[in-house]
Amino acid sequence: MDFIAIFSIFVLACFVGYFVVWSVTPALHTPLMSVTNAISSVIIVGALIASAAAGSASSKWLGLAAVVMASINIFGGFAVTARMLAMYKKKER
Amino acid sequence: MEFQSILSAVTGGHGAVNPWAATAYLIAGVFFILALRGLSSPASSQRGNRFGMAGMTIAVVTTLLTHVPWKTGDATNSFAGVDPVAMAEILGAIAIGAVIGIVMARKIAMTAMPQLVAAFHSLVGLAAVAVGAAAFLNPEAFGIGMSVLFTDYAGSGGAIVGGDRVEWINSVSAIEMGLGVAIGAITFSGSVIAFLKLNGNMSGAPIMLPGRHIINLGTLVAILALIGVFASGYQPQWLFWTIMGLSFAIGFLLIIPIGGADMPVVVSMLNSYSGWAAAAMGFTLGNTAMIITGALVGSSGAILSYIMCRAMNRSFISVIAGGFGGDDAAAGAGGSKEQRPWKPGSAEDAAFLMSQAENVIIVPGYGMAVAQAQHTLREMADQLKKEGVNVKYAIHPVAGRMPGHMNVLLAEANVPYDEVFELEDINGEFAQCDVAFVIGANDVTNPAAKTDKTSPIYGMPVLDVEKAKTVLFVKRSMGGVGYAGVDNDVFYMDQTMMLLGDAKKMADDIVKALSGSGH
Repeated sequence: MDFIAIFSIFVLACFVGYFVVWSVTPALHTPLMSVTNAISSVIIVGALIASAAAGSASSKWLGLAAVVMASINIFGGFAVTARMLAMYKKKER
Repeated sequence: MEFQSILSAVTGGHGAVNPWAATAYLIAGVFFILALRGLSSPASSQRGNRFGMAGMTIAVVTTLLTHVPWKTGDATNSFAGVDPVAMAEILGAIAIGAVIGIVMARKIAMTAMPQLVAAFHSLVGLAAVAVGAAAFLNPEAFGIGMSVLFTDYAGSGGAIVGGDRVEWINSVSAIEMGLGVAIGAITFSGSVIAFLKLNGNMSGAPIMLPGRHIINLGTLVAILALIGVFASGYQPQWLFWTIMGLSFAIGFLLIIPIGGADMPVVVSMLNSYSGWAAAAMGFTLGNTAMIITGALVGSSGAILSYIMCRAMNRSFISVIAGGFGGDDAAAGAGGSKEQRPWKPGSAEDAAFLMSQAENVIIVPGYGMAVAQAQHTLREMADQLKKEGVNVKYAIHPVAGRMPGHMNVLLAEANVPYDEVFELEDINGEFAQCDVAFVIGANDVTNPAAKTDKTSPIYGMPVLDVEKAKTVLFVKRSMGGVGYAGVDNDVFYMDQTMMLLGDAKKMADDIVKALSGSGH
C-alpha cells in the first residue's frame, strides 16, 4: 500500500478513536487502559514476521523475544480486563 | 488451493499485499474498535472484551498463515516445506507469554492495577523496540528494503571478496521505523520508572536534575535529527543503536522529575505512547490492524491524560515539566497553622446519624483503599440500605491511582455499579442529602478549590460535600493534610463531625454499632 493510503486509514482511525473513547463510561476507564494495553500488543504481528523470516539469526531471536513480550501483554491484558469486568454488577432488585 | 495462494502472495511486504490477509487485518482492526465501543456501559463491556480477543486471534492467525517459516530448499527442491523447529519456537514463545500473562492477571491485587498497567506498557514499548531492531537487521523480511552484498573490488582486481551483507532501508520506512523504535524505547524506560514509583521501589518524590529542560530538549532534537540522517540513506549500525539508546535515556529523564501524585497522568500518557509506537510499526509493515489499533490506543491514552489533568487542575505541560507532588507540596502545608475548633465524633454517633438519614452519599478516596476498607464500607452500606436509607457513592476522577481505579475497587467489593456516580452526575445531590460520609478523601472535597484564588488547588473540580446537612469525615488524625498540602475548611464547619482513626477500623466499628442497634 502506498503511504498516503496508509496515512488516510491512520487519520480516520484517530477520529474513530477520539469519539469511541469519549463514549466510554468513566467507571470503566481502568478496564479501558488494560484492554488498550492488550490490543496495542497487535505489534506481535511484526514480531511473528521477524521470527518466521530466514536470513538473519539475530533478527529472528529479537522477533521471538518480542513474541514472548507481546504475548504476556495480550493474554495478561485480556485476562485482567475480563477479571475486572466480571466484578461490575448491577444492583439486585 | 486458495490456502496455497494465501501463502505464496505474502513475501512482498509493501509491494504485494495479499488481499485476503489485508481483509483479515482490516476485520481485526474493526473488532478492536468494537472492543472499545463495548466499554460504553458495563452491560456490554464483557462482549467488547471478547471482540478484542477475537480481533487479536484473527491478526495472529493471519500472520502465522502468511508468514510460515519455510525450510531452506536445495537445488532440486526449492519448496522444502514448513520448518517444524522454527514453527515450534514461535508457538513456544506464544505459550510462554500466555502462561506468564495469565498468572500475572490472576494474581494481581486490584489496588496494584496501576503498577500492572505500567509493567504491561513497558512490555509493549520493548516489543516495539525489538521488532524495530529485527526489521533493521532483516529489512527484506519486512519488505522495507534490501540486503545488498557488499563487494570489495579494491584489492582483488575486480573479483568479489567482501561478502558482507549491508542492509538498506527505503527512506519512508526508515522514518516510520525510527519513530517506532524511539517511541517504543521512551514507552519502555518511562514505564519502568512509573512502575518503580507506583510500586514503591522508588521514592515518589520528583528527582530534579539541574538543567533538565535543556538536556531533555537537546536529546529530543538529537533523536529527531538522527532519524533524519537515518532516512537520508546513511544507515550504519551505530546510528540505529544511538537512536535507540538516546530514546531509552529520554524516557527515563522525562519521568524521573514527575512526582507520585501525577502518576495517573503519566500512566495514561504512556498508554498513549504505546499506541503511537504500535501505529508507527504498522506504517512500517503497511498493516491496517496495527495502524487502527495504534490510533485507537494513542487517542485513548491522550484523552485519559486530558481527563486526569483536568480533574487535578494541572496543565499537561506542567505535569511533563515535573516537580509536583513531592517535597514542595509538604512545604505548602507550613503556611497558616492556626488552631480552629472542630467537633469529634464516635462510630456510634456516625451509625446513629446515618441510620436516621434518608439519603447518604459516601465519598471514598484512595486512603480508604490503602486501609483495605472497601469491603467493610460495602457492609456498612448494606446495613444502612436494610434500614431504608438510600445510599450512593460519589467518585472523584482522581479518587484512585489511575483513571477509573476507584470504580474497580468498589466493584471488587461487590458495590453495584449503578450506585456509583461520577462527580458531575452527583454533585447536585449533596444539597438534598442528609449525610455525606467522606472516607480516605480530602483535597477532592475542599471548597477552597471553588473560592480561594490563592489556594494551590483553586480551579480543581471538587465534590460539594459542604452542602450536605451533616458531614462525617473519617480521617487518621487532624495533623495530616492531602497531597496538595492544604487545610480543608470542611473540617471546621458546624455540621461536620470528625471521625478520627483508621478507615477500616472506623468502618468496622460503624458496622458493629449499626447491627448492635437491633433493628
